[in-house]
Amino acid sequence: MMPELGHFALILALVMALVQASLPLIGSFTRTPAWMALARPAAWGQFLFLAIAFGALLHAFLVNDFSVLYVARHGNSQLPVIYKISAVWGAHEGSLLLWVLILGGWTTAVSLLGRRLPQEVLARVLSVMGMISIGFLAFLLFTSNPFERMFPAALEGGDLNPLLQDPGLAIHPPMLYMGYVGLSVAFSFAIAALIGGRLDAAWARWSRPWTLVAWVFLTAGITLGSWWAYYELGWGGWWFWDPVENASFMPWLAGTALIHSLAVTEKRGAFKRWTVLLALLAFSLSLLGTFLVRSGVLTSVHSFAADPARGLFILLFLSIVIGGSLSLYAWRAPGITRGGGFELLSRESLLLGNNLLLVITCAFVLLGTLAPLLYDAMGWGKISVGFPWFNTMFVTFTPPLVLLMGAGPLTRWKRQDPAALLRDLRLAFALSLAAGVAAALPWLTGSPAAGVAVALSLWLVLTLLTALWRRLRHRRPLLRALRSDFAGRGSRSWYGMWVAHLGVAVFIVGVTFVTQFDIEKDVRMSPGQSIEVGGYRFRFDGVVPHPGPNYRADRGTVTVFRGDRQVAQLHPEKRTYLVQTRPMTEAGIDAGLLRDIYVSLGEPLGGGDWALRLYYKPFVRWIWLGGVLIAIGGLLSASDPRYRLRVLARMGSRAAQQALAAGGAA
Amino acid sequence: MPAFLRYLTPLLLFLALAGLLYRGLSLDPHRVPSPLIGKPAPAFSLPRLQHADATLSSDDLKGKVSLLNVWATWCVACRAEHPLLVQLARQGVVPIYGLNYKDTRPEAQRWLQRFGNPYLANAFDADGRVGIDWGVYGTPETFVIDKRGVIRFKQIGPLTRDVIDNTLLPLIRRLQEETA
Repeated sequence: MMPELGHFALILALVMALVQASLPLIGSFTRTPAWMALARPAAWGQFLFLAIAFGALLHAFLVNDFSVLYVARHGNSQLPVIYKISAVWGAHEGSLLLWVLILGGWTTAVSLLGRRLPQEVLARVLSVMGMISIGFLAFLLFTSNPFERMFPAALEGGDLNPLLQDPGLAIHPPMLYMGYVGLSVAFSFAIAALIGGRLDAAWARWSRPWTLVAWVFLTAGITLGSWWAYYELGWGGWWFWDPVENASFMPWLAGTALIHSLAVTEKRGAFKRWTVLLALLAFSLSLLGTFLVRSGVLTSVHSFAADPARGLFILLFLSIVIGGSLSLYAWRAPGITRGGGFELLSRESLLLGNNLLLVITCAFVLLGTLAPLLYDAMGWGKISVGFPWFNTMFVTFTPPLVLLMGAGPLTRWKRQDPAALLRDLRLAFALSLAAGVAAALPWLTGSPAAGVAVALSLWLVLTLLTALWRRLRHRRPLLRALRSDFAGRGSRSWYGMWVAHLGVAVFIVGVTFVTQFDIEKDVRMSPGQSIEVGGYRFRFDGVVPHPGPNYRADRGTVTVFRGDRQVAQLHPEKRTYLVQTRPMTEAGIDAGLLRDIYVSLGEPLGGGDWALRLYYKPFVRWIWLGGVLIAIGGLLSASDPRYRLRVLARMGSRAAQQALAAGGAA
Repeated sequence: MPAFLRYLTPLLLFLALAGLLYRGLSLDPHRVPSPLIGKPAPAFSLPRLQHADATLSSDDLKGKVSLLNVWATWCVACRAEHPLLVQLARQGVVPIYGLNYKDTRPEAQRWLQRFGNPYLANAFDADGRVGIDWGVYGTPETFVIDKRGVIRFKQIGPLTRDVIDNTLLPLIRRLQEETA
């Protein structure tokens, strides 16, 4: 009964989406307030029915209703409750349902927080979001119904993929989807602005906090995914340039370009066309990611089951959404007025440089991801593109990007005197160059890559400190000045930038140091034997069987010493899940700010001996610490009081008064 | 460039991309028909991975049903497939030979030490020449070779539990009942 209710609720949600997509948009042209006013309740109704549908599927998992095909495939009565919940989005149909539910959530948030927007703007934004929802709901109902029954019902479920039975992966997809879907808000604002022909600073200011929040989720989701890969896959890697990872990284790059470009549009009214294009691009790339993951056109370690019919549907949908929006752009863009001008050296020009670098990087990732498909389609054979391509790309584009990042915050809008900028930057430049060269010297690290990383990170840190100093230098005492400046209007977004850029510096150190200096040893060990890796002594204390709720495990004990002091006792496991009988490794990790010690169990070699992998991974935490700082920076920026609509409205009227006063004076 | 064309560029780029994706739908990255199916396995003789002075040749495969798995340490999908191969090897149903493709010796040896060695023996194909003879498109690929040395099946992309249980094992059992 419940599954049928869920199915019915999905159909009602589609009906609501149809209303939300059509009437308010028509109303915005015919200037019919009653029709425009329909947008908000329709959005709420849609969200309510989606929540009911989601609840019905969740219920089916919790009560082990194996008469539902999806539950029979991916659920199991022995699953711990948390994984019964995460199993809802553990495969194609359910994850799509989660996707629409989140879209409904974002739509509702826009309808509540955006109620002070001009009515026709809100009506158009919600209507565009409704159109996106129609596409996904139709996809769900016609090709991927999660409520389909099977007869006779299965006695037991096929179980959730053991790789996904992990707390990190239980929250990773919802985070990532919050990001992907959140970009639809910026997209809808852009479309609404293109329809209305009004692309101004107000538009940028409305979209900016939404874009920031979506981007924060995307950042957090990617960071979480990378962390999960590190501890769960058992070989200490944290990024693989897999198509599915690239699918999340491309919208992130476009989103990063977008938040910077939006800043210029908001502050200076410039880059309007470019910003609008980026808003379209960022969401288009997240749709493209969906296509790549679910259509089976690319081979990936973690893609969903391939189905050409689904692929065709998404491709059609993709063509309508992206093709339609780019057509609208081609039609409207020529009419967009030019914004404030700027000179060759100005904050605008540096941000433009940053935007170009990010978009080029994004294009290279796209090319690398699609190259196997392109080769195949052209009949040139099959290839696989791996680390060398992507790593070369990153080593090429990161240094110029970081150089710009350092200079940007110290550069003035509109026009910057080169001599003054040079004066501000020369100390930071000289210091970081010297530190980089020193770090690369043979008796320190002897690694040029580490030297470059040190120079780049120090450059970022020093320029950020210079910028902070310039903000506060006339005020004393410094700490109080910092506190009052932070509380000041419009400064939170500046501090958000500061923290996020610091995160990039931390990230660069982490990535470079762990790739340059990690030590790994694959060894055969007998119980009681000790082996030294990276200055630590690892003693293998044997393996004992250790039953879990739905798996059998062999649990090893490895005691780690530094000198005579015991540093950690680690318990790497090798699990065999009972239903899918797939061997899984659980690494034993002693985490630290400056290094991780990482042990994972290989194969039993007989006589109590095991193959073990011992790793010493310096600075690996800095990768995720960087990600976390970037996300925190984004949150800080988004929480800037100037984005609250009440303030926006007040500022709007003040600007109008000022304009009147100025007109009167002239 | 005329102004209107400049604004059309994004759309045109997207249309090209959509065309490519449409073409991609009709291509299946996993199943590419191999002209070699039903033909005798191409002859080869290569140094072994672990003992450079010994060789593995196509003659070693004759007289029994065997698997030949093409793999490389730089291939992420091979990594995903590997535990299944180790499991299959432990069942002892069929000998698995490896063709280590465009790889380096130390890395490949390290991989086997680290993840377990399901292979009876590995041929070391550093420049990928034998791979070309065998029509290897990408890694991993797995061939089923019957007692007479004829290729009977080819899996492109990683093996899955489903393929092993429902295609590979039944086929191997059938082939093992055939007379040489």
